[in-house]
Amino acid sequence: MEVPYTVKNRPDTGLYNAKIGIWLFLASEVMLFGALFSSYILLRVTAQEGEWPTELLNVPIGTVNTLVLILSSVTVVMAWASLKLNNFKKFKFYQGLTVICAMIFVMIKSYEYRDKFTHHDVILTNGMRVDGHLVEETSEYIVLSHPLEYPAEKGIGYRPTALHEAEEEANAHGGGHHHTEDRKIMLSDIEKRTNWGPWANTYFAIYFTLTGLHALHVIGGALVMAYFWGPGSRMWKKNPEQFTNRIEVSGLFWHFVDLVWIFLFPILYLL
Amino acid sequence: MDSTEAKEHHGAEHDAGHGHDHHDPGFMRKYIFSTDHKIIGIQYGLTSLLFMLAGFFLIAVMRWSIAFPGEPLPVIGSLLNTFMAGMTSPVLDPETNELIGYAISNDLYNSFGAMHGTIMVFLAVVPLAFAAFGNYVVPLQIGAIDMAFPRLNMASYHLFLLGGLVMLGSFFIPGGPAQAGWTSYSPLATSIPTDGQLYWLIAMVIIITSSLLGAVNFIATIIQLRAPGMTWMRLPFFCWAQFVTAFLLLLAFPPLEVGALLQLMDRVAGTSFYLPTGLAISSMQDVSGGGSPLLYQHLFWFLGHPEVYVLILPAMGVVSEIIANNTRKPIWGYKSLVYSTLVLGFLSFIVWAHHMYLTGMGTKISTFFQTTTMIISIPSVIILTCLFISLWGGSIRFNTPMLFALAFLPMFGIGGLTGLPLGFNYSDIHLHDTYYVIGHFHYVVAPGTIFALIAGIYFWYPKLTGRYMSEFWGKVHFWCSFVFMNLTFQPMFAQGMAGMERRMADGGAGYSVANNPDAIGALADQFLKLNVNITFAAYALGLSQIPFIINLFYSISKGRSVESDNPWQSTTLEWQTPTPPPHGNFTTPPKVFAGPYEYSVPGAAQDYNPQNQKS
Amino acid sequence: MSGHGPEEIKKAMKIYLMVFGILIVGTIFTVLASYIHFDNFALTVGLALLIATVKASFVALYFMHLIEERQSIYLVLGFTTFFFAGLMILTLWASGDKPLYSVMP
Ligand code: HEM
Ligand SMILES: [Cu+2]
Repeated sequence: MEVPYTVKNRPDTGLYNAKIGIWLFLASEVMLFGALFSSYILLRVTAQEGEWPTELLNVPIGTVNTLVLILSSVTVVMAWASLKLNNFKKFKFYQGLTVICAMIFVMIKSYEYRDKFTHHDVILTNGMRVDGHLVEETSEYIVLSHPLEYPAEKGIGYRPTALHEAEEEANAHGGGHHHTEDRKIMLSDIEKRTNWGPWANTYFAIYFTLTGLHALHVIGGALVMAYFWGPGSRMWKKNPEQFTNRIEVSGLFWHFVDLVWIFLFPILYLL
Repeated sequence: MDSTEAKEHHGAEHDAGHGHDHHDPGFMRKYIFSTDHKIIGIQYGLTSLLFMLAGFFLIAVMRWSIAFPGEPLPVIGSLLNTFMAGMTSPVLDPETNELIGYAISNDLYNSFGAMHGTIMVFLAVVPLAFAAFGNYVVPLQIGAIDMAFPRLNMASYHLFLLGGLVMLGSFFIPGGPAQAGWTSYSPLATSIPTDGQLYWLIAMVIIITSSLLGAVNFIATIIQLRAPGMTWMRLPFFCWAQFVTAFLLLLAFPPLEVGALLQLMDRVAGTSFYLPTGLAISSMQDVSGGGSPLLYQHLFWFLGHPEVYVLILPAMGVVSEIIANNTRKPIWGYKSLVYSTLVLGFLSFIVWAHHMYLTGMGTKISTFFQTTTMIISIPSVIILTCLFISLWGGSIRFNTPMLFALAFLPMFGIGGLTGLPLGFNYSDIHLHDTYYVIGHFHYVVAPGTIFALIAGIYFWYPKLTGRYMSEFWGKVHFWCSFVFMNLTFQPMFAQGMAGMERRMADGGAGYSVANNPDAIGALADQFLKLNVNITFAAYALGLSQIPFIINLFYSISKGRSVESDNPWQSTTLEWQTPTPPPHGNFTTPPKVFAGPYEYSVPGAAQDYNPQNQKS
Repeated sequence: MSGHGPEEIKKAMKIYLMVFGILIVGTIFTVLASYIHFDNFALTVGLALLIATVKASFVALYFMHLIEERQSIYLVLGFTTFFFAGLMILTLWASGDKPLYSVMP
């Protein structure tokens, strides 16, 4: 006994089961990320002065990651098209490329995460705030590289555009001086200290939640696609049509993951 | 089912492994890891009935505390003390100072309350109404051999079970289960020290995932696997109801999943999604702040309101099947039913903030939500009216399923109409969070939905087992349940209007006139006394289920056998199968020629015309 | 999505590559636009979201074949869009609409 329309389209709906299944699943995913986006907007518009830092993420890296994901989206649809053209070798090539792209994306993302987790925010007893990368830590002091200093009430990760431009100018003139020097801070001068993890403030919280959930989708999708690239591809010999459908369906999921990133990138990195 | 036939019919390629189906698959494969929609339906059914019993047990304990605050629990007091060590409060004899028993502590009352709500909604009624009935009946009614994704179906059930076990597991951890109500509002939920909240959140994420998979499966099945000739307007109303329900689950649950995930982050990763700046609670030092407690409420009620239609639509579906069958008449206004259901589905997504009138909403937005709330009552009234008119002029068979289905109509009517005052913000300010609300939604879910589901059990039982349940004990069950149900919930309206708040372990005694002789608005004695009546009515209601439980199991082997495969002389396809339906359901692939309710067609030889027969 | 002959697929592959180009250009535009500091924040947001929406539409229409997809899928997505919009707009509205004599910020 076989459930009908697992392979062939049902004539009146023009769809096979998994196709409608994945679209329904994606609809629920839209609501999932939609709810996260609304949370983002609500938290952002109700944020008080100094509670929502901007321009903290590395735009070039984010851009590269966007391009990687877009590339993977093309390769995954090309993989499907290759199967339609009966070209299994090409399919293997494109599908493999997709998995590699996914891995690159996750690697870059984890590098970015590490970068944030090692970035420390320190409130000094004198009411100033310093943030920078932790390079050394002893029981008496810590050392931050690339430190920036500003009044504590400006809020975590304060990056006024002016400060930015000054920094760029300084760099253009053969490197900014005080910015690049490491800063040693005695623990006794520190009132409060945290790193830029999700606990640092609401911006980081939503940043890590959104990208983390997205990364889980990337990893899940990559596992499925790696399976279809490897052991799962044996089905091509037995039932090419069903295998092509599977590639199409997993591809649809992958495009959705790409699509989410297309929105995540501007709202988290650029705005 | 003959495999060559299947091949011809479905035209799908079969791989070589086919034909092994006929081996005996063994107990595990057949009952635990089954992919057959009927077995999965039964699994869901039994599990959710057990959860319902657990939910009832919790409220039984709570009701004791409400009626007799501080008095030792009879019978189970010391047992409870053994299992929930440290959460019960020992009661000493005031004179001799001897231990005379255990009462539940206020914390335990809160835990039980939260778990009663959660278990009843997410682990009992929804799985029973949607997953159990849907799984068993929908594929049969549309003439399919199974669900569209049988293995996914199995996974849904296993996830559901896992989620349920995690939820129950929280009873056995130090600190006990979640205490912040079934709504788990932050920051309260985040700041209560028990890890039960963590269990609650994880369990909810698992249960939601299970429901999402189930919803995908149902929609795909109904769209793709309808038998030839089963057009949309020939679909039995039950299938329509399940179809819309599945959409509600599919699109409303993800925001709650987000709500739960963010609260999980607040608990485990130290974020402040729901924790505002300047929050000062001793158990929560050092939060970064900047979050919004209202965000949680929005995410929760975005699911919460569609959820009530998830609870009620399948029940309406069951009731309309039974009414059509037992009045031997077509349902009056089939199309109005279908369109009302669709409208209901749509509107249910834009009324949610009527649960939040007291959060300091502005007038414009609350006007919007009051308006949509009033509009959404229209399709519900249309549905109820259609079902009432369907009775007109029928020669009604008053068997047990029909009695329960008939009782559903006025009971749901009371539940629905008492909701209107809650939909206006000015009356809701008085009624919010009182026993009036408890009375209102219990009328919807308990004598409403649960009656309908019990009707469904009596109705489809002969198809599952080939035997009827006892009519006599069915009627005993019905009349006792009907009387005690009303005695339980009716007085709550009065208590609520008198201002008695919900979620109080002492049932309002702390606010009574006796304890506050000079206070204005203290709770008068006559309302407080009702607590005792309600409690005993609830216990009697519980006892009234004993004939049902015995009947349910006894009749499997000892009930009266059915005379034919279609003992109720029904039109819909689930009765045109062998009894019980084998793996694959139909002996010959069904073709559909008629609408779902062709009863008493003028000039026909018999008073019903099955959907798979030309009239 | 039936009847994909080799010719059509080859044509489709060309389209995929074109869309790829559009997406790259779109990405570059978004980044460039963010370096221009408009005085108007709404304009910045609007522009970024507009480009993102255009890019997303290309992915959905061509890579996900929505442009030639069946009505039932449009219907599902139509519902979803409606509810998604409801969730977004109504929550925002609720957070913006304050009571007349509010003590809240
Ligand atoms: C049939 C027997 C039932 C009785 C006697 C009963 C009784 C009660 C009572 C007295 C409360 C209020 C507790 C308090 O505020 O402290 C309550 C709360 C609640 N009940 Fe029930 N109930 C029953 C069945 C159900 C069913 C079938 C459902 C759901 C489908 C349900 C869902 C709830 C919910 C959601 C709450 C709110 C819990 C909270 O405060 O967070 N109950 N019930
Ligand atoms: Cu509601």
